[in-house]
Amino acid sequence: MTDQSYSYFDHDADIGVSGRGDTLEAAFEAAAAATFAVMADLSQVREERTVRLEFEEADPEFALVTWLNRLLAEAHGEGLVFCRFRLTRQDGRWLGEARGEPWRAELERGVEVKGATLTMLSVRRTGGRWEARCVVDV
Amino acid sequence: MNLEGLERIDPYCWSIPPGPGEERAPVILYGSRPLLETMDDKVREQITNVARLPGLVGAAMTMPDAHWGYGFPIGGVAAFDPEQGGIISAGGVGFDISCGIRCLRTNLNLADLAPDAERMASSLFYTIPAGVGEEGQIKLTSGQLDEVLLGGAEWAVGRGFGLKEDLEYVEERGRMGGALPGNVSEYAKKRQRGEMGTLGSGNHYLEVQVVDRIYDAAAARAFGLAEGQIVVSIHCGSRGLGHQIGTDYLLSLAKAAGRLGIRLPDRELACAPINSPEGQEYIGAMNAAVNCALANRQILTHLAREVFSRIFPDSRLTTLFDVSHNTCKAEKHTVNGKEMLLYIHRKGATRAFGPGHPSLPERYREAGQPVIIGGSMGTGSYVLAGTRESEDKAYSSASHGAGRAMSRKQALKHWRGRELIDELKGKGILIRTKSMRGAAEEAPGAYKDVDLVAEATEKAGLARRVAFLRPKVCIKG
Repeated sequence: MTDQSYSYFDHDADIGVSGRGDTLEAAFEAAAAATFAVMADLSQVREERTVRLEFEEADPEFALVTWLNRLLAEAHGEGLVFCRFRLTRQDGRWLGEARGEPWRAELERGVEVKGATLTMLSVRRTGGRWEARCVVDV
Repeated sequence: MNLEGLERIDPYCWSIPPGPGEERAPVILYGSRPLLETMDDKVREQITNVARLPGLVGAAMTMPDAHWGYGFPIGGVAAFDPEQGGIISAGGVGFDISCGIRCLRTNLNLADLAPDAERMASSLFYTIPAGVGEEGQIKLTSGQLDEVLLGGAEWAVGRGFGLKEDLEYVEERGRMGGALPGNVSEYAKKRQRGEMGTLGSGNHYLEVQVVDRIYDAAAARAFGLAEGQIVVSIHCGSRGLGHQIGTDYLLSLAKAAGRLGIRLPDRELACAPINSPEGQEYIGAMNAAVNCALANRQILTHLAREVFSRIFPDSRLTTLFDVSHNTCKAEKHTVNGKEMLLYIHRKGATRAFGPGHPSLPERYREAGQPVIIGGSMGTGSYVLAGTRESEDKAYSSASHGAGRAMSRKQALKHWRGRELIDELKGKGILIRTKSMRGAAEEAPGAYKDVDLVAEATEKAGLARRVAFLRPKVCIKG
């Protein structure tokens, strides 16, 4: 498993999420964890269900927004909360996987993320690591 | 916001003159100096970018509660002429399409509520689905959802959620025309399957409030408001469906802009000409989301009535008004003596038609349209009335809320949800929420002073204050 971490940055009305990793894919996975950690304590979420998704996107920044929004659509559409993420690339095609469980009463609620925006969107390699960031609307 | 270079037109109206060689439309900022100073510099940057979009008529404007958004600032107002290449922007509407406030007046007063306030709080919290991951009781098939997207609040009333007389006091009489459910993605429809009749999260709320002060006695009479009266305000929008439409079109319009020959000063301003297939496609989907929001608030109105009738069997809740504040609507406005059909983007801004406007219900024809400025859970909200002046100043638009003064991240450093809820209880405000994080992020101290916003809204001529509402019970998502 590659090294990855996430953090948040300021935005007046919403929340900036930033994922970092040794690879571009790891940074995207960390950004997804940052996004879902706004909604729940990920350490409390069980890995009971797996959702797989795929999409095509050549632009890495648009790919980040698409990745996060596809995960949010799958989660909200199925009533799930995700805690673990995997993403790979094959010839411009992105293959993703998310694990989690349906919402249950015991899970402390955070704040609902409506969608990932193009605001402060950037995907870049800095200091030998990848960073993927954008503002998510809450 | 750094006010350097701003031109003060009057104490509540400022302009940003173009720099040397800068080609763009005028920019007007409404608000007092203290309010403008609390705004992020990004508000200035974002509204200046809006002034560079094609087909803008008049100025790009911000309301006194403006804050940094994505693409457009929240509190941004801009009018576009389709005949001059004017655009429609998904970022100019926002993710929560047709987010707004339904205000209900009751036949109860504070003395009636006080002994049962705890019971009321618990019963509302039990009945109103609120917060992330919470679903409503209504499950719709794809075909039924299409009916919602075409019928709005009218659909909801037809299914027994509320009264036919409610519709008279909902914008568009409860049903937005031009909705095209076929332009709404399957993802968006899937997200809405369990979310009809849910409050959502973030700054959304259902509040039981008391009319604390009357500013304009005649308008208050027209609105049916009196001091000490209990009212209910419901703040929410088009839920998952609207969020997904925003998501879908923000990206697709950002990608299409180059192909459509639009040079975006910032790609967050993702847009398409109104008179283009892409623009029309978004408008059809957006109008469907407006109906979703209107139906949602109608169902929540019904649920609130059920709770009130259990505790107060003789209670009567009537709709004062339902107004959206994240929309783009085609409206007729007079510009330089000429009537024009314009597409008015109001992102975090409320429509505020003045006295005599033909779209107003007869009851409000003389007073002007009710405008609701929703405040934070610890301070209060205002009911205002639209003015004739606002038509010339801001295409009949006004503020929509207190507006954030502090980021959510900063708010989490300053407050703890539990402590805040206890503190508010000491002040006579009962909060019910499943999210302590959400409560902390929504701390009253993280918002601008709603009194200053309402005062500036009035003094800028955008709407005039009618009543101040103090919260008593607040259900937060």
